[in-house]
Amino acid sequence: MKESDALKAVVITFPGSNCDQDAAHALRVVVGAQVSFVWHGQSELPAGTDLVMLPGGFSYGDALRSGAIARFSPIMAGVRRFAEGGGHVWGICNGFQVLLESHLLPGAMLQNASGRFVSRTVRMRVEQEDTPYTRTLARGRILRIPVAHHEGRYHASEETLDHLEAEGRVVFRYIDDPNGSVRSIAGICSANRRVLGMMPHPERAAEAVLGSEDGRPIFDSIAAHLAEATA
Amino acid sequence: MRGRVLVTLREGVLDPAGQAVQGGLRQLGFEGVQSVRIGKVIEFELEAMPPEQARARLEDMGRKLLANTVIETFEVELD
Repeated sequence: MKESDALKAVVITFPGSNCDQDAAHALRVVVGAQVSFVWHGQSELPAGTDLVMLPGGFSYGDALRSGAIARFSPIMAGVRRFAEGGGHVWGICNGFQVLLESHLLPGAMLQNASGRFVSRTVRMRVEQEDTPYTRTLARGRILRIPVAHHEGRYHASEETLDHLEAEGRVVFRYIDDPNGSVRSIAGICSANRRVLGMMPHPERAAEAVLGSEDGRPIFDSIAAHLAEATA
Repeated sequence: MRGRVLVTLREGVLDPAGQAVQGGLRQLGFEGVQSVRIGKVIEFELEAMPPEQARARLEDMGRKLLANTVIETFEVELD
């Protein structure tokens, strides 16, 4: 593949992001993406961006609520415009929290029901295969992916949840729910299916050397989808 | 002028930190505590302005940032 044909991914780095390098590594190694880092203080995404990754971490030290301050970073205005224009945005862990606080996805995160930080590999089930992020996965497939969070208990009103379920927007559900999320929700997508938020970390399980390749098909899916979309 | 915004979890939302504190109080021998809920107090010093204007401003801040109304509610207090 010529470099100019490669998937152009942007990883946003907030003060306190700590999975930005892992996410970039997975995008480069697993799907050969051309990755650039964009500091939160910039206000525009690079021209030609195919995918925006909001990585895990503790943006702004989780001040007030996880993701609450990152929402006001100058770059989030650009990310919002990108998403509203039909762009693909993928938030993992703190990135999911930022998407919720930014109202790019519905709901909110609470402290884990156990009251503890949880860092272990969990099982989650693929609930939807017709999203850009799961198209190489079969519905019902169970993936083993690590989680590492203290505020991962997803919450939304019953009305919102029913709406999400009716539109097939619950993309991943925990088998062994580590945090008490309502309806065991591990990941949801936007109405146009292009914005995905998920608590588990597929970038930590995308290569055999890491002990699991279960995260890999998610990277393969979005890469295949974007290759088709831009062909 | 001083004001405060008190942010609390909505009724029915599980508060594991509150439960942990309740357990600690029980260990210390405090009886009769039926529930503990933990919230946040955000204190402000504001330039002089009419109280109704200050209240409106803090309520706007509460809605737009200080509380996430999916999971929290808030109250405004002025001295």
